[in-house]
Amino acid sequence: MSTIVLLVVLAVIVLWVISAYNGLIALKNQVANAWKQIDVQLKRRHDLIPNLVNTVKGAMDFERSTLESVIAARSRAVSATGVKETARAEGELTQALGRLFALTEAYPELKANQNVLQLQEELSSTENKVGFSRQFYNDVATQYNTRQATFPTLLVAGLAKATPVELWEIEDAAERAVPRVDLSLNKPAT
Amino acid sequence: MSEDANLFAQQEANRRRSNWVVVGFIVFFAWVGFGGDLAIALLTAEAPPDAYHHVIPFIGAATTLFAGGICWYSWRHGAERVLWATGAWEIVEPATPEQQQLVNVVEEMAIASGLSRPRIWIVPDDDPNAFATGRDAQSASIAVTEGLLGRLSRDELQGVVAHEMAHVRNLDVRLMTLLAGMVGAIALMSDGMGRMLRHGGRIGGRSAGRGGGRGGGNPLGLIVLALWLVTLIVAPVVSRILAMSVSRKREFLADATAAQFTRNPMALAAALEKLSAATGATRSISRGAAHLCIVDPSPGLLAAREGFLADVLASHPPIRQRIIRLQGMGYQQAKREAAAQPAAS
Repeated sequence: MSTIVLLVVLAVIVLWVISAYNGLIALKNQVANAWKQIDVQLKRRHDLIPNLVNTVKGAMDFERSTLESVIAARSRAVSATGVKETARAEGELTQALGRLFALTEAYPELKANQNVLQLQEELSSTENKVGFSRQFYNDVATQYNTRQATFPTLLVAGLAKATPVELWEIEDAAERAVPRVDLSLNKPAT
Repeated sequence: MSEDANLFAQQEANRRRSNWVVVGFIVFFAWVGFGGDLAIALLTAEAPPDAYHHVIPFIGAATTLFAGGICWYSWRHGAERVLWATGAWEIVEPATPEQQQLVNVVEEMAIASGLSRPRIWIVPDDDPNAFATGRDAQSASIAVTEGLLGRLSRDELQGVVAHEMAHVRNLDVRLMTLLAGMVGAIALMSDGMGRMLRHGGRIGGRSAGRGGGRGGGNPLGLIVLALWLVTLIVAPVVSRILAMSVSRKREFLADATAAQFTRNPMALAAALEKLSAATGATRSISRGAAHLCIVDPSPGLLAAREGFLADVLASHPPIRQRIIRLQGMGYQQAKREAAAQPAAS
């Protein structure tokens, strides 16, 4: 009798371990997947920027410093590795792009240019995709971190080789700041 | 994590409801068929030996098979039929900036929800509206009307698409698409049976007259026949009320999930405001698919009214309530951000 009880308890424990383990692994894969999705979007963004710069270059000749800061931010972002560094470099790129977009508002011929409009839509969509994939990554990563740190899943975390993953923090001050726009056209923007 | 559990509970509930809807549908058709058989069998039981006796319940067998067929068809091709009925066409290669924007917005929302990108369709109709359909996230489709594309800003469009993606993620689309097929089938059957009865009434009347001469028909048979007729008459109404009530609850939930995807509840509120301001009817979307849409395609007085009758008959909760709830989320978000700002800078 007692052996039967023991066996049942053992079976329940084994079943729980299996399901907890599988749950953790599934989440781990989801996190990796979400990170890959960010990567895809970032790459797309990097590919679009040279196009944009080339298109607006002619019309915005004297905004050279803005264009150059976009190009510089892009090359820094391309070579960045690791969650923290990538997050910082991409944040800077977002800021530089924001300044550029704000400046194009002052050029009627750019605002009317179909090519520029299309590029702008593509880029702002890519910006959004970066944002949403980051949001999704953070959500899944938080879930993963919480799951492996809380009881009772905590017990199988070692078995599943689960380690906390870094979140993509938004650099508050840098990213939330409204891009400064200098609308006096005869002097170059900062 | 609780949100996660909530999502799975929601999906599970929708799977279960879908199964029950299928079972209920087949049982209903079986009753319509076998009930008819029973009524005729009871009425012909006392007929003279050489007259017709209804022994083999072939009507029941036929309707049950028919119901099973409808279920299978709704499951396999329901989404296609809904899209076909609205005259929608799929965006394969976006041709205009507007279409490009729609494709981009859908891709963004697919990323935000972590699902694969649904197929995108455009309904040639000037009234702004949108719906989602499909069996699951892999086979889902999102359709918007031309009027919607022309009238909404990018953020508002994003809110509407997020609302549809929420239906896809919660698996509302499965239940809704099955229901669309079945509501249509019941309406069709009710019409067909009504015609058959009117046609067959003359024969029935003759035989009943003969039976009456012999001292009245079987009372039990008459009761079954009456019950059967009542079911046929109320079935289309009941099935529609059922579809509506099932859809109303999930609109609030989809609005909330959409806000979670976009983190911008105010844009969806603004979009709903615009959709409710457009008072015209979405003609290309029939009553049978009304419960799929983001706002009721034929807004009579019910769309704005609150109260019991409106609650029972409307496919959507009063749009004002939805807007107020979304704005509430928006204010809370603004408050949180305002509180976080001084600490951050």
